Amino acid sequence: MSGHSTYQPKTGIERWLDARLPIVRLMHDSAVSYPVPRNLNLLWTFGGILVFMLVAQIITGVILAMHYTPNATMAFNSVEHIMRDVNFGWLLRYLHSNGASMFFVAVYIHIFRGLYYGSYKAPREVLWILGVIIFLLMMATAFMGYVLPWGQMSFWGATVITNLFSALPVIGETIVTFLWGGYSVDNPTLNRFFSLHFLLPFMIAGVVVLHIWALHHVGQNNPTGVEVKDVKKDTVPFTPYATIKDLFGMVCFMLVFAWFVFYQPNFMGHADNYIPANPASTPAHIVPEWYFLPFYAILRAIPDKLGGVLAMGGAIVILAFLPWIDTSKVKSMTYRPIARQFFWMFVLVCIGLGYLGAMPADEPYVTISRILTVLYFGFFVALALIGIFERPAPLPTSIADSVLGGSGARLGHATAAAPQAKG
Amino acid sequence: MAHATDTTGTEPTRRDFLMLTTGAFGAVGAAALVVPLLGQLAPDAQVVAAGAPIDLDLAPIAEGQAIKLFWRGKLIFVRNRTKKEIDEAKAVDVATLRDPQTDEQRTKAGHERYLVVYGNCTHLGCVPLGNAAGEPKGEFDGWFCPCHGSHYDSSGRIRKGPAPLNLPVPPYAFTADTKIKIG
Amino acid sequence: MSLRLSLAGLVTGLTLAVSAPVLAAEGAPKPPAQSWSFAGPFGKFDQAQLQRGFKVAKEVCANCHAMNLIRFRNLSQPGGPGFTPSQVAALAASYTNIKDGPNDAGEMFERPGRPADAFPAPFANEQAARAANGGAYPPPIDMLAKARTYTRGFPTFIFDIFTQYQEQGPDYIVALLTGYAEPPAGVTLLPGQNYNNYMPGHLIAMPKPLSDGQVEYPKGADGKSPVPETVEQYSKDVAAFMVWMAEPHLEARKRMGFQVMIFLALFAGLLYFTKKKIWSRLPDHASAH
Repeated sequence: MSGHSTYQPKTGIERWLDARLPIVRLMHDSAVSYPVPRNLNLLWTFGGILVFMLVAQIITGVILAMHYTPNATMAFNSVEHIMRDVNFGWLLRYLHSNGASMFFVAVYIHIFRGLYYGSYKAPREVLWILGVIIFLLMMATAFMGYVLPWGQMSFWGATVITNLFSALPVIGETIVTFLWGGYSVDNPTLNRFFSLHFLLPFMIAGVVVLHIWALHHVGQNNPTGVEVKDVKKDTVPFTPYATIKDLFGMVCFMLVFAWFVFYQPNFMGHADNYIPANPASTPAHIVPEWYFLPFYAILRAIPDKLGGVLAMGGAIVILAFLPWIDTSKVKSMTYRPIARQFFWMFVLVCIGLGYLGAMPADEPYVTISRILTVLYFGFFVALALIGIFERPAPLPTSIADSVLGGSGARLGHATAAAPQAKG
Repeated sequence: MAHATDTTGTEPTRRDFLMLTTGAFGAVGAAALVVPLLGQLAPDAQVVAAGAPIDLDLAPIAEGQAIKLFWRGKLIFVRNRTKKEIDEAKAVDVATLRDPQTDEQRTKAGHERYLVVYGNCTHLGCVPLGNAAGEPKGEFDGWFCPCHGSHYDSSGRIRKGPAPLNLPVPPYAFTADTKIKIG
Repeated sequence: MSLRLSLAGLVTGLTLAVSAPVLAAEGAPKPPAQSWSFAGPFGKFDQAQLQRGFKVAKEVCANCHAMNLIRFRNLSQPGGPGFTPSQVAALAASYTNIKDGPNDAGEMFERPGRPADAFPAPFANEQAARAANGGAYPPPIDMLAKARTYTRGFPTFIFDIFTQYQEQGPDYIVALLTGYAEPPAGVTLLPGQNYNNYMPGHLIAMPKPLSDGQVEYPKGADGKSPVPETVEQYSKDVAAFMVWMAEPHLEARKRMGFQVMIFLALFAGLLYFTKKKIWSRLPDHASAH
């Protein structure tokens, strides 16, 4: 989709700079003149929302690090110092802690949008895999960030999650000891988690740059899944059309974000994390943050320690292979009547697993978790099979046709030919 | 590169009211964000509260001796001056000073023995020597800053070297004959 | 469009729905919901209630429980109990055993409190607290209003997002303080155990801390306290004070929240119409999105 640059340096300084470092040209080509499919719906604003959330988390995080003390005896009180004494400290800390949750809300919508519209299919496989890598980095960052307040959930969450690695044969125990920097989760663990929690967001930003690069190279998918055929008819320039739409989506998202920050700041947290870490007493129920719950449920559904860890890891890693698992050539599930039903079942399975992850490890929850875990992986098997026999609905011939309902005549072009399935 | 828009020649030539209002809202929102992002840099409530006035008993300071203490994290010198040092400080022609101040302006009436000054050189903030016995006191029986060679006299006034101003006098008051409250 | 919007809404709602707070209060009845002045989007603390609550906390709770995240100066800050700075200075000075030092002789010493000092803890450390309380540790109460909760259950916890209910902590504290009872038949208490209807597991080490008339409240113009001096009233007042201790900037947060929400709603509306206008420049007015 990358055509010739339309950037025209206007002033002498711009020409001078353009000959030496064409950075303004890069910005112009990727954020102004970049052609965007004209039929993108509001679900496509979540990419921009995620960039906004990453920047917001980095800004608030760097500020919090100015006031926080990464030491096992002082961390809890330094967070309370931020909440009580630092000017606007309560605001910055609630923005950061709720921002993590909102980041995951946005990323899950973004992932499910990609699933529904087949955004992982050729030629966007690398784009999709980079997304899975970002998701993994986000999970690592969020987990280590949750340890930093050094409350009861921080401590026991860190204990449970790091102990997952002990399931690995032979090297497991060594890995765990190296993660801890000791023989239990303690001050050295907190110190290294703080350091890594500071580092990882910048690595995420780096992979995001690759993700956007790949996106701008292959062009955006769109709700029809039909590739751009005629840039003139099928696309609009990024600015102002996509810019203003992304801004609108972003501000709507910020309304939800602000509702939690100002009115329900502890809704997505755990009360137990307001109790200082105590290695001598585990809270009655330890659960991860909500965004890990589906994977936590898969972990607990497998009665074997190593098996559970592998199933949990597999549940994420399998996403990276989706471009080759799904056998259908049709991208958008709008035109895939059978796959679409499986998609919605998969959404419900994920929500169900999330609910079960929060429940105690008793019956009937364990049995239901096992059924849903099978269904989770079953979705991927189904995608491989459905593509073979499914008869997709007729696809529009072009993006423009789908937008104009086939009345391309208004633009002075021949009415679209009879819709047909496209490869 | 051609786009659907390029087929139209109806680009509005004037910025209409809606766009201006939206732009103004965005600008106001961005400006409001700056308040907490910069406000957090100011001293927090704990730092401010820790700066409450402190009491100091001067009786243990013998004549000719000086002590150091901290208030609000800033170093303060308290010197019990000898008669010679007081006389020298008063004898100076104020008009010749770089930062003209009389010794009376820098001490409390009736307590001229005691000089209370901030202990950081007004040049670039080093701690001048001259408190402990044996330390160089500079050419004017006061303090000598080893970093860049500023000389302060026995009233803490700058007399020689790069520093522009006298050592400032912190806010303090005598609560009894040999007791002061700093702050 | 509406389908896509509802899809987005559905996914958002359902994603949030799995964030069920999991809470450790099984086997206990749900604490009844109290009416709190600080609840809801425009909630504000009742200063008189905070002052009464402070009196209960200081005269009763602080004998065993620490609240040293609170500093005396906090009691006069905006959005709090509304004591004057001179009242706070006098209160701080009434504690004459604040540890400080070392002095020039290298020794720790005791001095009267200052507004910047933390509220003194009754015990030097957890071990001392346990030793003095038969092995049980009276937890600090400064964060307890946020550190205690109970299971809301599905679907109530989803409604809580919209009703802004978040007073599980104080509701539980009131229920606990008023929930002492004789153990039912079949339950035998060991020494140092007490029976409470709302404690998870019902066995609690803390003996019933409050009794009617125990704390004298300030008198009104008629020479009587404007509120009853009962266990129930004490419990509500001290729970309100504990909410303030756990969240001292609650009023500022909700006030700023309203301003932010109004601003964002107007901005979103403006952007919506700006977007419509910009997309209408397309020759075929194609976008319905």
